[in-house]
Amino acid sequence: MASVETTRSGGDTGLPDLVLRGMTLGYLGWMVVLPIIALGFQSLVAGPQAFLDAVLDPQAVHALKLTVVTALVMVVINVVMGTATAWVLVRYEFPGKKVMNALIDLPFAVPTVVTGLMLVLLYGPSSVLGTILGTYGFSVIYSQPGIVLALLFVSYPFVIRSVQPVLLELDRAEEEAAATMGASGWLTFWRVTLPTLAPAIFTGAALSFGRALGEFGSVILVAGNQPMKTKTTPLYVFGEIESGNKQGAMAVSLVLLALSLGVLISLNLYQRRWSLEDGK
Amino acid sequence: MSIVVENLSKRFGTFQAVSDVSFEVPTGQLVALLGPSGSGKSTILRIIAGLEDPDTGRVSLTGEDATSVPVQRRGVGFVFQHYALFRHMTVRQNVAFGLEVRKKPKAEIEEKVERLLKLVQLHGYADRYPSQLSGGQRQRVALARSLAPEPKVLLLDEPFGALDARVRDELRAWLRRLHDEVHVTSLFVTHDQQEAFEVSDQVVVLNHGKVEQYGPPQQLYERPVSPFVAQFLGQVNVLPMKALWNPQAIDLKHIQEAFGSDVLNTEEAVYVRPHDLDIHREPNTRPCWRGRIERLTPLGGIVRIDLSINSDERLQIDLPRDQQLALSLVQGDDVFVSPRSFTPIGPPKQIPGDAAGTFYTI
Repeated sequence: MASVETTRSGGDTGLPDLVLRGMTLGYLGWMVVLPIIALGFQSLVAGPQAFLDAVLDPQAVHALKLTVVTALVMVVINVVMGTATAWVLVRYEFPGKKVMNALIDLPFAVPTVVTGLMLVLLYGPSSVLGTILGTYGFSVIYSQPGIVLALLFVSYPFVIRSVQPVLLELDRAEEEAAATMGASGWLTFWRVTLPTLAPAIFTGAALSFGRALGEFGSVILVAGNQPMKTKTTPLYVFGEIESGNKQGAMAVSLVLLALSLGVLISLNLYQRRWSLEDGK
Repeated sequence: MSIVVENLSKRFGTFQAVSDVSFEVPTGQLVALLGPSGSGKSTILRIIAGLEDPDTGRVSLTGEDATSVPVQRRGVGFVFQHYALFRHMTVRQNVAFGLEVRKKPKAEIEEKVERLLKLVQLHGYADRYPSQLSGGQRQRVALARSLAPEPKVLLLDEPFGALDARVRDELRAWLRRLHDEVHVTSLFVTHDQQEAFEVSDQVVVLNHGKVEQYGPPQQLYERPVSPFVAQFLGQVNVLPMKALWNPQAIDLKHIQEAFGSDVLNTEEAVYVRPHDLDIHREPNTRPCWRGRIERLTPLGGIVRIDLSINSDERLQIDLPRDQQLALSLVQGDDVFVSPRSFTPIGPPKQIPGDAAGTFYTI
């Protein structure tokens, strides 16, 4: 995300200004920073050994791995399909385009538990599709592909909505210039268009990944919450709290939080580097 | 002929952008496509490049029909108004692109990029990104990039349109010198008549998707074939013949020959350039208009004088400053204005010689 700059330079020292500034800063601290500190403090207060033990618990490790792997699989699919969808929406005119464009944001409006339920109804063992898939040995619901499906649904708009505006504003002259120099359509896409879209694609990918790390509602329904098989980290954390293992829940939560922050920070760094290159 | 365009037409929806355009660009020349916006000049350029398909007509490049050759294989260099540099590539990578696409050996690419960057005077900028360059520098990179694959012809679409006035002047002169050095047949689009005159060997004037006139700049200026060309190429006064007042009946024979003897009483009008008018305080033997000075605008070496004749016709004169001082002209003075030469507008009854633009000297 681009950082927001202040529009007024120089310090105003009037009382209302100070109060307003103090108030918003305090609000940020109270709402965002304080809970994070609470988690960090509480999960580490029992000492590094207890923290490590909790994080290295085989079930916790499996949950973290599963979360990251399913999220990455989702991101790869999302990047390819999201970019293609944005491309189709921007570069082609066809009947139903407006409807398609409107439908893309639908996943944001669907409560995640409802998402999970819809997927269970569609792919579940008792459904038509589930039965057909089952006879070929594929199980979707209560297994890992189900998790990826749920993540794909909830993060569907991210890449599309990041790439679409950039593609819309893209100067076609760059592609035309490449064509006059003899570059084929495919080569032009790889060497000219894609590098220009890369920052937007990366943004969409990072946002989907961050969203996937914490996805709970849809996953718990489609995954079935089986330890060492389909239990992702958020489900693991929830389970540990339910069963009274507060230390386990806190430690793994901290790792999850660090992962999310890591994605956010790397996104920021990447964008800064790119904007230096682009001179914006 | 390096570029031959025959009967080109192109329609966008209901808008006829280009209609039946034909012209030729001789090898090695620098030719301008000049016209107001919407005159179809960019569309013609893009059709020649293969970036647009014509509805009808043919394009030939260096003697071969290129109408159905895809843009990638036409061998044209194209320079865009807004540079269209690849922003994620350095200057060096930009210039090398066309050579890499053609899979040239690495050493050859490097050597050529160096040479081209020297040619456009950007030798020290090879590793910069386009965003780190000024507009003029960017356009020079774009030019080097388009020249790298050694195009048969170079097409430039308003190449200086996005630059500020000072840089534009510099770059124009520089493009002219570069062309004299490289000699690649070039066609460039502009809406600026001064630019067309400064840079090009010949000018194609376009209006409403049609060619109005084609020729060397000075010829267009002195012998415009249509009111549009006369008015588009610089300032011009449109004046009624019947207002010409001539007390001592001087020799108007050649005018009368062309327009008929009743010319001075008809509604015919003429064009007169603001610098082709003389001003004097008393009528003499030359035909003249009577006028009153409405406004004097000093513009450095010359003074622009706005006059009214017959109270409702406007007339503009560019007079050297010293003449204005010698006549001590001030606002409100009644004066007499004589054209040194003019171009008749109206459909002349008959024009001796060719039917092209006619220019009368009095």
